[in-house]
Amino acid sequence: MGSIINNIFHTVSNFLGSLGALIGRFGEIIWYPFNFLFSGFAAWWSHLNSFITPELVNNLLLVCFVIIGLFFLAAAIESVSDRTNPVRWGTGLFWLLFAVLFSVGQWLPNEINGACLLVIALLSLLKQVRVGQIKQLPKKVADQTVSRIGNWLFLPSILLAVLALLIAQFTNLGGQVGIGIAAALSLIVAMALTRSNVKVAYEDTQRMVRSVGSAGILPQLLATLGVVFTASGVGQATSKAISGLFPVGNHLLGVILYCVAMAVFTAVMGNAFAAFAVITAGIGIPFVVAQGGSPVVVAALGMTAGYCGTLMTPMAANFNTLPVALMEMKNPLGVIKQQFPIAICMLIVHIILMYFLAF
Amino acid sequence: MLLCKINDSLISKKYETSLTINENNISMFNYYLFFGKEGKLMEYLCLLGILVIVVGFALKLDTVAVVVIAALVTALVSGIDFVTFLKILGKGFIDNRMVSLFFLTLPTIGIIERHGLKEASVNLLKKLKNLTPGRIFDIYTAVREVASAFGISLQGQVQFIAPLINPMAQAAGKVNGELTELEADQIKGRAAASDNFGNFFAQNLFVGSSSVLLITSTMKSLGHPIAASGVVLCTIPIAIICYIFCLIYNHFFDKKLKVSKEK
Repeated sequence: MGSIINNIFHTVSNFLGSLGALIGRFGEIIWYPFNFLFSGFAAWWSHLNSFITPELVNNLLLVCFVIIGLFFLAAAIESVSDRTNPVRWGTGLFWLLFAVLFSVGQWLPNEINGACLLVIALLSLLKQVRVGQIKQLPKKVADQTVSRIGNWLFLPSILLAVLALLIAQFTNLGGQVGIGIAAALSLIVAMALTRSNVKVAYEDTQRMVRSVGSAGILPQLLATLGVVFTASGVGQATSKAISGLFPVGNHLLGVILYCVAMAVFTAVMGNAFAAFAVITAGIGIPFVVAQGGSPVVVAALGMTAGYCGTLMTPMAANFNTLPVALMEMKNPLGVIKQQFPIAICMLIVHIILMYFLAF
Repeated sequence: MLLCKINDSLISKKYETSLTINENNISMFNYYLFFGKEGKLMEYLCLLGILVIVVGFALKLDTVAVVVIAALVTALVSGIDFVTFLKILGKGFIDNRMVSLFFLTLPTIGIIERHGLKEASVNLLKKLKNLTPGRIFDIYTAVREVASAFGISLQGQVQFIAPLINPMAQAAGKVNGELTELEADQIKGRAAASDNFGNFFAQNLFVGSSSVLLITSTMKSLGHPIAASGVVLCTIPIAIICYIFCLIYNHFFDKKLKVSKEK
């Protein structure tokens, strides 16, 4: 009896084994060309990537900056020709100087670039820069396009994000050139999809640049401020001042100090971008990164820890005060009140995540 | 950089000599108390720029001017001369142009905005019927997070919250009975909050967003270069956790509203 069972078992297992081998073989045969193709593709891809030298990337970036300079030039021209704006010449000069800085700045002496920035600051200080009149978008065009293509309208922006990420991840071009290429391709798709000509593209470019205005250039100015701070030794001074109060070297304490300082400074200034350069140089680097914390984790979480502060401050007028006015709320701090519990919880989450992910 | 360091050491030397002369002065005792025995007042004076930035932003002065003035003050009090300051400022601006790369995405966004980006989004959101206020906020925050991840940063408060989400949530809240004034106000606040949550904690999911560009370029000038895609990866847990918190928070909001209506 036992031997029969044994026999059956043996036969079945033998059969299954050969079946498996056959499937395996078959799979191999089927898979082989794909496999070949795939490895061929990978080899081809890395071969292509080897053509992308750092010089090429730099030159492409330069092209991107010149294009941005041309955007600013368009904004300058349109600002000057806007006769309803009483300070149209100042506004035009403001954009023209940015156009110069972006398109030819790298060939000018840095003293002149710095002087351009001083003039820009002066124009802004003397209230010589105003958005001016921006044409209302025709409702008819929007309705027609939406009824024609519906949700396909979202395609260009999805393409923009996905392409930029793919280029950053899988090519040697890097994220910055990736944004440029993705922007160009998604613009072509958007123009084809909405049947827009170059004139519409020009019109929308200058409209967007002008309405984003100086708020759009602020991040770069703040990054520049960071450079001046570094050159002046602000980072060392802050960290020295703070290390007198708190011991350096304790990971958890450093993380708490950095996240809380980001939130508090952001709340005071109403702007996380401004706080980021200062607090990261003064606290983030010496107290967390220099203690072995991963710079990418510290920087990424540091910025959003600052946003927890934005949620809690009336200084962030666009986010917390504007809705009060728009919706005629009774409590002027009503938005902040609703945001407070989440902001505190998120700040704690940031501290925990940074502590465990950075070290 | 080098120049400022030389300047720095010159200044501190100047200070040391003046210190030895005044060593027995009583006011110098206070000075030691605040700045330590090395007496590097100048080193701390460069923090004046931070003060300018904090006060300027807090007083809502012109932002562009405040930033440049803060840079000027910082440089001058740390002993950098004016021409060197212009050099550092100009070079710093040119080296950080990548922060403004997001301007390249404006033509695309502008064109789809002209052709009804808002209208198409409103159509999507209008499909939310027979929901509680909390559920409407849940869905709106999710939409906002996804949109942020694709680089669409509209003025949510102006374009969606005030004209669309708040009226929808108010109407949904009235299904079980009239709202008190406080409850109506709370719904407004929560509507505005749900835009900010989605906007803030998901905007770094887009590699081309100005905040990711600012983070990478600041870290580069601070001497710790990082990859933009790394910032995106680190933001994923933040966006998810924030959304989970919102779900719980909105669930309790609905529950509270329901209890008050049943009384």
